[in-house]
Amino acid sequence: MTNQVITSRDVHLFYGKFEALLGIDLDFNANEITALIGPSGCGKSTYLRTLNRMNDLIPGVTITGDIRLDGQDIYAPTQDVVQLRKRVGMVFQQPNPFPFSIYDNVCYGLRLAGVKDRATLDSAVETSLKAAAVWDEVKDKLHKSALSLSGGQQQRVCIARVLAVRPSVILMDEPTSALDPISSTQIENMLLELRQQYTIILVTHNMHQASRISDRTAFFLQGRLVEVNATKKVFLNPTQKETEDYISGRFG
Amino acid sequence: MDPKKVDKFATATLYTIAGVIVVILASLLGYILWQGLPHVSWHFLTSPAKAFEAGGGIGIQLFNSFYLLLLSMVIAVPLALGAGIYLAEYAKKSWLTDVIRTAIEILSSLPSVVVGLFGFLVFVLQFHFGFSIISGALALTMFNLPLLTRNVEDSLRQVSFTQREAGLALGLSRWETVIHVIIPEALPGILTGMILGAGRVFGEAAALIYTAGQSAPALDFSNWNPLNIASPLNPLRPAETLAVHIWKINSEGIQPDAAAVSAGASAVLIIAVLLFNVLARTLGNRLYKKMTAA
Repeated sequence: MTNQVITSRDVHLFYGKFEALLGIDLDFNANEITALIGPSGCGKSTYLRTLNRMNDLIPGVTITGDIRLDGQDIYAPTQDVVQLRKRVGMVFQQPNPFPFSIYDNVCYGLRLAGVKDRATLDSAVETSLKAAAVWDEVKDKLHKSALSLSGGQQQRVCIARVLAVRPSVILMDEPTSALDPISSTQIENMLLELRQQYTIILVTHNMHQASRISDRTAFFLQGRLVEVNATKKVFLNPTQKETEDYISGRFG
Repeated sequence: MDPKKVDKFATATLYTIAGVIVVILASLLGYILWQGLPHVSWHFLTSPAKAFEAGGGIGIQLFNSFYLLLLSMVIAVPLALGAGIYLAEYAKKSWLTDVIRTAIEILSSLPSVVVGLFGFLVFVLQFHFGFSIISGALALTMFNLPLLTRNVEDSLRQVSFTQREAGLALGLSRWETVIHVIIPEALPGILTGMILGAGRVFGEAAALIYTAGQSAPALDFSNWNPLNIASPLNPLRPAETLAVHIWKINSEGIQPDAAAVSAGASAVLIIAVLLFNVLARTLGNRLYKKMTAA
């Protein structure tokens, strides 16, 4: 069997009294892309954000259950959230580069971690931008503002920024939904490359995207995990009626 | 009526109102400069004031204004930064923060005379600072702090929440996110607010009459020992500022050239405040450009 990087058991999440996740059991394998699909408000983004504890920022949220990264309980009182987020990187729906230069954006995490050596930074920037498939487009303007780039380029710079801190897991919350089809394709191709080194968990509204690039697909509905299986199986031969209805476009 | 005509009419009305305001401001400014500038000379800017004869300058008052401004900003800016960062980034919404915000709002609409009298009772009498620069600086801190805090808080809040998420998701602590991501982005706004606040301090008179005093004893500009009473740096000496000087000359001045001194001092004051504003904009813009496109 492939080794499991993240395991989660019986994850419940409450916004105040409202229960948004009703007990999720879901595991993620190394070097795979797992797609989380489902209609808006089904809890897939909420679940994604429990994996790097971004929900901690929202007041009134309570989370129960057991989530482990490499066997370690990430909600243990001794868990350093900052360390966790270095290991579990995140890319958001809207490209959100810092208003600094492209170079500074990418090496930001490293600089703050105390890396000062120019050569190390230079090579980290180049490697990360290459891995994010945006190097050729920005290599001549590394010291221009990241905000001057197109949306698709900004998003890839944001991905490079995450890669530079060398996480083991990358969470992606609809990373292409704000982008045009060409930029989306570029990012999809890049993810297929990145899969060899990272564990990728991708929330997407785009079922074609899920079927094109993911190895496994998990279908969420109203806070429940309805079905999780190999992507081919989920799309061609789902075991649950609700999955079939959603995939064939009968609702959602 | 025809919507096009209504639109034209509305546009014309708005232009007229804006034009009237501009004309009033420009003529006011022009009048002060036209009246005052002929009296401004190097001698006027550097020599001490005279109480009974003509030919006095505003040198000491000008220095006092800048020194007091510096001291009050040194006290107020760190406090405003701390309070603003706390309110924008750390404080959870509760009755306590609501009380703090309301208090800040009330404090910022306090008339400066009241601030002056408060400073007189507390700093001058209770703390025995006397009529002094430090009393004046503390009173002006009271006067400026609410607006500066508000400005810091607003500037920080204008930074998009996605930037905070980006920082935290990258494995920065909250403090690192604030210091390295949020504050650099908000810096132009913060700086503009600080310099505009400095302009307000520079032009303030009412709060200083009761705190920094109305006399400008002769200063020995070769004596930089802050403990000596004749030293310009001594924070415990009384210090009439430019704005207070203008007020005093106009209310009880007996110099034969009182009108001319007052006009000249007003022109200098206006120019200084204008410079603060221009400086605020250029510095803010330049910083922003530097931050966004290195």
